[in-house]
Amino acid sequence: MTSYLDFEKPVADLEGKIAELKSIATSDQAVSIDEEVNRLSARADEALVDIYKKLTPWQKTQVARHPQRPHFSDYIRTLITEWTPLAGDRKFAEDPALQAGFGRFNGQPVAILGQEKGSNTESRLKHNFGMARPEGYRKAVRIMDMADRFDIPLISFVDTAGAYPGIGAEERGQAEAIARSTERSLELGVPNIAIIIGEGGSGGAIAIATANRVLMLENAIYSVISPEAGASILWRDAAKAQDAANNMKITATDLLSLGVVDGIIPEPAGGAHRHHAEVMESTSRAISQFLTDFPGNRGRLEIREHRRDKFLAIGTNLS
Amino acid sequence: MNWINNVVRPRIRSFLKPKDTGSENLWVKDPESGEMVFYRDLEANMWVVPNSGYHMKIKAADRLSTFLDDGKYDTVPLPSVALDPLKFRDSKRYVDRLKEQRLKTGADDAITVATGELFAQPVTVAVQDFDFMGGSLGMAAGSAIVTGLETAAERHTPFILFVSSGGARMQEGILSLMQMPRTTVAVLRLREAGLPFIVVFTNPTTGGVTASYAMLGDVHLAEPGALIGFAGPRVIEQTIREKLPKGFQRSEYLYEHGMVDMVVHRHNLRETIGSIVGILTKAPQRDELSETAPARLATPIAASAGDDLMGVPEAAHAE
Repeated sequence: MTSYLDFEKPVADLEGKIAELKSIATSDQAVSIDEEVNRLSARADEALVDIYKKLTPWQKTQVARHPQRPHFSDYIRTLITEWTPLAGDRKFAEDPALQAGFGRFNGQPVAILGQEKGSNTESRLKHNFGMARPEGYRKAVRIMDMADRFDIPLISFVDTAGAYPGIGAEERGQAEAIARSTERSLELGVPNIAIIIGEGGSGGAIAIATANRVLMLENAIYSVISPEAGASILWRDAAKAQDAANNMKITATDLLSLGVVDGIIPEPAGGAHRHHAEVMESTSRAISQFLTDFPGNRGRLEIREHRRDKFLAIGTNLS
Repeated sequence: MNWINNVVRPRIRSFLKPKDTGSENLWVKDPESGEMVFYRDLEANMWVVPNSGYHMKIKAADRLSTFLDDGKYDTVPLPSVALDPLKFRDSKRYVDRLKEQRLKTGADDAITVATGELFAQPVTVAVQDFDFMGGSLGMAAGSAIVTGLETAAERHTPFILFVSSGGARMQEGILSLMQMPRTTVAVLRLREAGLPFIVVFTNPTTGGVTASYAMLGDVHLAEPGALIGFAGPRVIEQTIREKLPKGFQRSEYLYEHGMVDMVVHRHNLRETIGSIVGILTKAPQRDELSETAPARLATPIAASAGDDLMGVPEAAHAE
C-alpha cells in the first residue's frame, strides 16, 4: 500500500476508486469491472506522469524523504552479495546510523558506506533516523583506510538529513570527525563513487560524498542545510521551508547544471518508492559503468588527483 | 578631539570609510560582565577587557598588525568569484546584502590573507572575520583559504589561520557546502609539502568551518572562552529539548575533550605560535622565545583536571 504525498491527491482518488471497484467485484462476481478498472488505471498513470513531470523542489524534498523510498539496506540487499558489515570506530562506539563494510558488486569486491534511515519505528530509532554521530564518521575513515590498503573501490550511498546535533556528539568532536572523513576521502588512491539516494544533508553527507563520481537520483535532494532549518535561519520562520527549498537549488537538475554532481540516475514517474526494481537496475548500471570505465589506466596518484582537482574546480567557472 | 569633531565627523566618515564602531562610542561594554571599558584601554590591550580578561572581537587589520613583526604585513590578492550564482533572495536579495556588508566593513568578504614575519620567520596568515556576514564560508572565503594555503606552499612558509565563523553561507547553497572539500584539498597539499598549519580558534567558530579546514590543523590553539562547535547551541537545545551545561562548547571544554592543544591568552599568541612554528620548521633557537616559554606552560584552565577525566565523560550517553 503506497502512502500518498499531498500533491498526489488526484492519483490517490483514482486509485481509491479502483480499489473500491475491485472490492465490489470480489463480493459480487456478476459485475464485470475490467473495462472500468483499465480506464481508471490509465488515468491514474497519466496523472502520475503529469505530476512528476513538474515537481517543485519542495515536492521533490517530500519524495526524497518518502518513507517507502528505497534505503541503504534495500540497495545492499539488491546489488551486493556477501555483504559483510563491519562495526565500531575502535575508539568509542558503534554507530548504526552509518553503515560500513565490504561485499561484492557483480562479483567484484567493493567497500561500502552509507546512512540507513530505517523503515519502521524500531529501526528508525536504532539507526537514529540516519543521523550519524562522530563514531559513524570515524568508522567510515576506518573502512576507507582498509579499502585503500587492499586496493578496493568504494561506493557510498548517501541518505541523511545531516549529522546528529547532540551534546555527546559535540563532546566527542562531531566537527573533527566529519572533517577527517572528508579528508580521508580526498586521500584515497582507489576509485570512489557516491550516490545521493534520498537526502544529502550538509556536512553529514559531504563527509562520505567526496568522490571521483557523484551521482544523484532524479528526485533526491542535496543541500547545505535542510529547507526547514534554512528557513528558520534566513526567514526566521521554519514554515517558509518551501521558499527555502525553491531558492537553495537542491534538486538533481540544479546541481548538475552547477557542476556539483556528475550525473543523474532517472526515476520513473511516481518516484523511486513506486519503482524499486527499476531504480535498482539503473543504479546498478551506473555503478557498473563507473567501475568499468573510470579506472582505465589511471594509477593511484591519478585517481586521487582527479578527485582533488575536480572538487577544487567546482564553482570556479560560474558567473 | 573636540565636540564638533564628534558630532560632524561620523556622518562624513560613513561616506568615506567603513564604520569604525569602537572609536565612535568611546565606551565599550563587556558582553559578559557588563562593565564599561574605555575604548583606548581596550585597543591598547588588544581588545581584551583588562579586568575580566574577556576576549572581544578584534578587527583583521588589528589582528595582523599586533601579531606580526613590527606590525608589518602585505595582503595577498584574492581570486574573484561568482557573486550570486544562485540568484538568491530571502527577505533581501543576496547581492544587496553583500553590498551592504562591503560598505559596512570595507572588506570584499570575510577573509584576509597576508604575508609577513613572526620573530623573523616568514609566515602566511589568514584572518576570518566574524563581522562580515558572520564570517560565513562561501565561495569567496573558500577560495581565500585555498589561496592562503597555496601561497604558504609556494612561499614555503607555515600557514596560520585565525578563524571565526558561523558556518556555511546559506545564500550560496550547495556551493558553500563544496568549500568543505575544496579547502580540505588545499590543507592536504600544504601538509604534503611538509609545512605546518596552525589554527587559532576565536569566538565563535561553528558549522561547516569547524567540520572542514579549521579542525584539520597540525596544532589547534583557542582564545579563552571562545564558542567552538559543529552544531550551534540553539540547534542542539531544540533537538534534545534540554538546557546545555555551563561552559559547553567553550575553548576550555574543547581542551578537556581533546580537540584543542592549548587555550592561549591573546597577549601570548605571538610568542606561542612563534615558538611552535620555529620548532616545527627547525629554525634556530631564539633567545627571546626561549625566555618566554615558562609563562606559556601556565595554561589558563580553571577546570578540574584529574583522574576522572580519563573515564567516560558523564554526558557521553546523554544524547
